[in-house]
Amino acid sequence: MPSPRYWREIPNRFRLEAARCTGCGTVAFPARTICPKCRGRELESVRLSRHGKVVTSTVVRVAPDEFMMEAPYAMAVIETPEGARLMTQVVDCDPDTVGPGMEVDLVFRLIRKEDHGGILCYGHKAVPVGG
Amino acid sequence: MAGIVGYGAYIPRNRIKTEEIARQWGKDPATMSRGLLLTEKSVPGLDEDTITISVAAGQAAIDRAGIDPARIGAVYIGSESHPYAVKPSGTVVVEALGIAPDVHVADFEFACKAGTEAMFVALGLVDGDRVEYALAVGADTSQGAPNDALEYSASAGGAAFVFGKTDPLVDVLETYSYTTDTPDFWRREGEFYPRHGGRFTGEPAYFKHVIAATSGILEKSGMAPKDFRHVVFHMPNGKFPQSAGKQLGFTKEQLEVGWIVPTMGNTYSGSSPTGLAAILDIAEPDDLILITSFGSGAGSDSFVLRATSLLPERVKRAPTVKEMLDGPRRYLTYGEYAKYREKIILNT
Amino acid sequence: MREVAIVGAGMTRFGELWQSSLRDLFVEAADEALRAAGADHVDSIFVGNMSGGQFVGQEHLGPLMADHLGMAGVAATRVESACASGGVALRLGFIEVASGMSDLVLATGVEKMTDGADVTNVLASAADQENEVYHGITFPGLYAMIARAYMTENDLTEEDISWVAVKNHKHGAMNPKAQFQHEVTLEQVMNSTMVSDPLRLLHCSPVSDGAAAVLLCPLEQARKYTDRPVRIVGSGLATAPMALAHRPDPARLDAVARSAERAYGMAHVTPGDIQVAEVHDCFSIAEICCIEALGLLEREAAVKGAVTGCTALGGRIPVNTSGGLKAKGHPVGATGIAQTIEIFEQLRGEAGDRQVEGARLGLTQNMGGSGASSVVHIFEGV
Repeated sequence: MPSPRYWREIPNRFRLEAARCTGCGTVAFPARTICPKCRGRELESVRLSRHGKVVTSTVVRVAPDEFMMEAPYAMAVIETPEGARLMTQVVDCDPDTVGPGMEVDLVFRLIRKEDHGGILCYGHKAVPVGG
Repeated sequence: MAGIVGYGAYIPRNRIKTEEIARQWGKDPATMSRGLLLTEKSVPGLDEDTITISVAAGQAAIDRAGIDPARIGAVYIGSESHPYAVKPSGTVVVEALGIAPDVHVADFEFACKAGTEAMFVALGLVDGDRVEYALAVGADTSQGAPNDALEYSASAGGAAFVFGKTDPLVDVLETYSYTTDTPDFWRREGEFYPRHGGRFTGEPAYFKHVIAATSGILEKSGMAPKDFRHVVFHMPNGKFPQSAGKQLGFTKEQLEVGWIVPTMGNTYSGSSPTGLAAILDIAEPDDLILITSFGSGAGSDSFVLRATSLLPERVKRAPTVKEMLDGPRRYLTYGEYAKYREKIILNT
Repeated sequence: MREVAIVGAGMTRFGELWQSSLRDLFVEAADEALRAAGADHVDSIFVGNMSGGQFVGQEHLGPLMADHLGMAGVAATRVESACASGGVALRLGFIEVASGMSDLVLATGVEKMTDGADVTNVLASAADQENEVYHGITFPGLYAMIARAYMTENDLTEEDISWVAVKNHKHGAMNPKAQFQHEVTLEQVMNSTMVSDPLRLLHCSPVSDGAAAVLLCPLEQARKYTDRPVRIVGSGLATAPMALAHRPDPARLDAVARSAERAYGMAHVTPGDIQVAEVHDCFSIAEICCIEALGLLEREAAVKGAVTGCTALGGRIPVNTSGGLKAKGHPVGATGIAQTIEIFEQLRGEAGDRQVEGARLGLTQNMGGSGASSVVHIFEGV
């Protein structure tokens, strides 16, 4: 993840900034300039709640090199109360316990490291509510 | 004087038991545990570092303060394990917490004292009306060299404090700092593990500075040990703070709440600040609290604090230290610990 | 629009072809297609290829491949839609001939995956880099999430998914071009290594090298090249949101359903008319989802298709008689054309042991990424 590309995404990666269409109410995460549902162009910035629910999930056992140390790890599509969905790892739990319907909090974590002394890339991961 | 308007702590969920480390190096687990008064320590996940711990503790502090983070005018992160050698931790923290960009930011390093150092400077800026609010964090994911005494204690965690003048949860009544040049513990540029002077870290370093700073603040404030409900000293292991407290005339009861080292380990810059957070979690209005940090190199910062009537109701806005220490935990084998602390080199 | 026919086909064997380079693979397949039709020239070439750039550091495949085929100078371009690159190359060739722009077009697909590239990461570039890959997802992971979502909504078991692999290996065992020409048992599939829950190693298509090519011309000129042309009667291409999180229902492959609808509409046929189909089983769960989205079977029958034998040779609607991506192999850019060749052979009665008796109408469905693009073609034997 070269640094300009990572830096550009800071608003959504660090603060979960999304866009809500003032026309139809659809919340797009990360923010977009055109509503994916009604093609409206009037979107306002909203911050997603730091919690949500698992829509679907898996446990990645054969991981990309960058995530080899973390495998096996759970990954899930999470839906926040605003109706936005995002894909994250689900951590701080037995990955086998993660499944659809699980309530999670979104926490700030290190996501990946650029090779050979490159930048550290942060963002959000999910943690089951109440451990 | 300004006070603490919000505070928060964060301790990772992974733990390793003292006996598991002792077994690895062929040492008697009971002797090690008894000698250091440690039973286990926290271990950061692969995705946790000083920055993520600072964000978690900082968020809790902002939640307890109930303020708009954009009003925070200064943020200082004290740590000896900043993830970057060059590039601030604080810049990530202020972006993640919604504080940027109108804010003064700096990273501090002073071995285990960087957290209280950040608190000291944050307090001063609020006191001097330079900024409305200031956030100070002490956090670390420290590494002790394998088979070194430090390996049993070096742990991960941190605490954050928002200073302000309006609606303090804790009043700051007095501060005091004591510093000399004492090479008891160090890590040179490019070295992975710190080195230390063995028993030299005790009498001429830890005890000299902790006792001098504490005696100094007592004299400056005109208070005596018996005036305090709670006291916390830097906790490099279980024994040192107990011994310092005894020498200064504090009782075991006064030390008890903040003495979280047996199950948390030494979170370095986060050690005495997290002990303070544990005290604030249960303190009652008007309780007097004393904190003295210690950082090798060497120096100590002391603060005299008094809980206000606002404190108890704000505690529940974020997790308490006890909840994190006693809550969901995962115990690691030494092999997993070595993997988590990136002591294993992979071919990638 | 002119009617378009396939008049020649060629493909390499699929597998770990250590001796062959990206260009070798292309030349072998394309030359075979030309020779089969007795053609000595073409007007243009479409090269379906997902990622020559990442797999072997080679982009700009149009001129390179034309040159190595001894046809430097001809119009040639590369087509990319991840694993659907081959199917989309066929569609563009079809449109070019149908439009009257060209009379003889080579639609090809080629991929060289075993030259040492980090295959997991290259394939992941067909997913959303910023929102999915950044967080550590893999392709098996994405399809595993689709599988779990499907299982949550439906009565689908791991065993149902596993039967798809068993069936496709059974078909592949009869295909001399297949990477795996052997059968597997249900127990072997169910006990294979878990890759991404609930998907196991034997639910996943392999890493393969290979190329495939078909020659297209107007139907009215087809007899110049072959006695048994196969007509392309329908073509549909559709897209869906790239990221799984941005789809209304991760269990539903909307692009597949839409591309099928368009192809059926163009061909004036219904799913019930299809007699043989090649479906994009990059992971066994995908075959089940796609059969349903294509309307070949109702949901419940789709789930149990391989269990009941309904989708096996001799069943009501044989699917992946070639062995599918699972057994035949999946050199990603070549897959869409290889699917086409299987249907081409079926409709010409040349499929040998795998022949579906009396097949006159066949379908191919080729999918990109986790289903963000899908291309469907319908063919009729003439």
